[in-house]
Amino acid sequence: MTEHHTVKAFDSDLQELARMVAEMGGLAEKQVADAVDALARRDTALAQRVAAADTQIDTLQREIEEKSVLTIARRQPVASDLREVVGALRLANDLERIGDLAKNIAKRVIALNGEFPPPKLIRGVEHMTDLLLGQLKAVLNAYARRSVAEAMAVWRGDEEIDAVCTSVFRELLTYMMEDPRNITFCIHLLFCAKNIERMGDHATNIAETVHYIIEGKPIADQRPKGDTTTLAALRKAGEV
Amino acid sequence: MSIAEYANSAAGNPSAKAEGLAEKISVRNLDFFYGDHRALKSVTVPLYQGRVTAFIGPSGCGKSTLLRVLNRMYDLYPNQRATGLVTLDDEDILSPSQDLNLLRAKVGMVFQKPTPFPMTIYENIAFGIRLYEKLSKPELDDRVRVSLERAALWNEVKDKLGASGLSLSGGQQQRLCIARTVAVKPEVILFDEPCSALDPISTAKIEELISELKDDYTIAIVTHNMQQAARVSDFTAFMYLGEMIEFGETSTIFTAPNDRRTHDYITGRFG
Repeated sequence: MTEHHTVKAFDSDLQELARMVAEMGGLAEKQVADAVDALARRDTALAQRVAAADTQIDTLQREIEEKSVLTIARRQPVASDLREVVGALRLANDLERIGDLAKNIAKRVIALNGEFPPPKLIRGVEHMTDLLLGQLKAVLNAYARRSVAEAMAVWRGDEEIDAVCTSVFRELLTYMMEDPRNITFCIHLLFCAKNIERMGDHATNIAETVHYIIEGKPIADQRPKGDTTTLAALRKAGEV
Repeated sequence: MSIAEYANSAAGNPSAKAEGLAEKISVRNLDFFYGDHRALKSVTVPLYQGRVTAFIGPSGCGKSTLLRVLNRMYDLYPNQRATGLVTLDDEDILSPSQDLNLLRAKVGMVFQKPTPFPMTIYENIAFGIRLYEKLSKPELDDRVRVSLERAALWNEVKDKLGASGLSLSGGQQQRLCIARTVAVKPEVILFDEPCSALDPISTAKIEELISELKDDYTIAIVTHNMQQAARVSDFTAFMYLGEMIEFGETSTIFTAPNDRRTHDYITGRFG
């Protein structure tokens, strides 16, 4: 907002909320990157650090909730101010979920405990992570800059992650059919891929919230869908 | 300009659901002058039947002036004149042949400060009724009771109708004034900052009253309290420097207003 409130404390309340969301976003990004890093490098210690660091994100979410409730109670925000506060609440929810999913990946790395899939199988998940981190970064930038165009680009871009997820799914399925001993880590890897796909969904949620904060209405278009793992599973099951 | 055109115009809100609502009062291209000063500039706005319309805007924006035009209050003062078209049920309010007593019976007004007459509670209500109607004593008693009930004051005053109206608390006095307004069976009620001198409980009672009254009346309220406008009204009109900046559904105005000036005003960025 270029124009300031007559009551300056209101401006600082909203700025502080936005700063907390940005901080939470940065933490979530780092957690995702570290979790997949731990997976790729078979680094159980890093995975443990990721699992432990999730509480920071949870704490921030609680603080954002408290700050939002207090701001509503004290300032009775309306119009764009109200959307800022409600938006912060929603963003904090999505970021908290992303944090949980990263933690889940870290826990799977710990559970695998040295039993690791061949690197070529992890490449698909790494590719998904790269795409996701790009989406996450872009959507947090869109929020920081209040850019509808950037938010919409993220919203449309989720299709690619979904498509890679589907191909990873197929690949792992084939691998499991080849040798039942692969099943354990392939299942873990599958869940990791699904977690990243979910994070992508949260990134699009964030894009929708950013759009709502700026425009005051939901996105009108239909979102393209690229995740066909459900269909693929049914098809494969029929073939076997 | 028809109301459909207005609703779709830049000044109107495209999402204002004007369809299906009867326009009780129509204000079209209204100008108002205090001597040489043009206080209203080509204002166009509808008041819908059975709906509450709130007028908001910084001091001096013309919202009280607009209200004063709607029952020709300004006629009491010299050098004040209105031009344009203001109709009540298609009848021109501004016409010189307009019967002012009849108009003011149809368009009642409640002011910022409670203004009970220095007489008994009963007489405060009965006084106005006698100006317009010849009622028998039982009929009059009944009308007084119904009016006080309508204004949610009956239970508090039924045992002391002979007491002076001035003996009541501020909130009760304001409800007495509303009862007095309702007693002459108006069609439209204008509230000019009715709660600005009241405590929160009395304010809540008046707001509850307004939402009960709107089924039977067309209501306009001028308020400086934005939250009050958001709470009680169906439509909101934002005025600034004598102009109608934005008119639309209250739900839209307070969540996603169209005009930058409306936005800045309701969010507390100016005014």
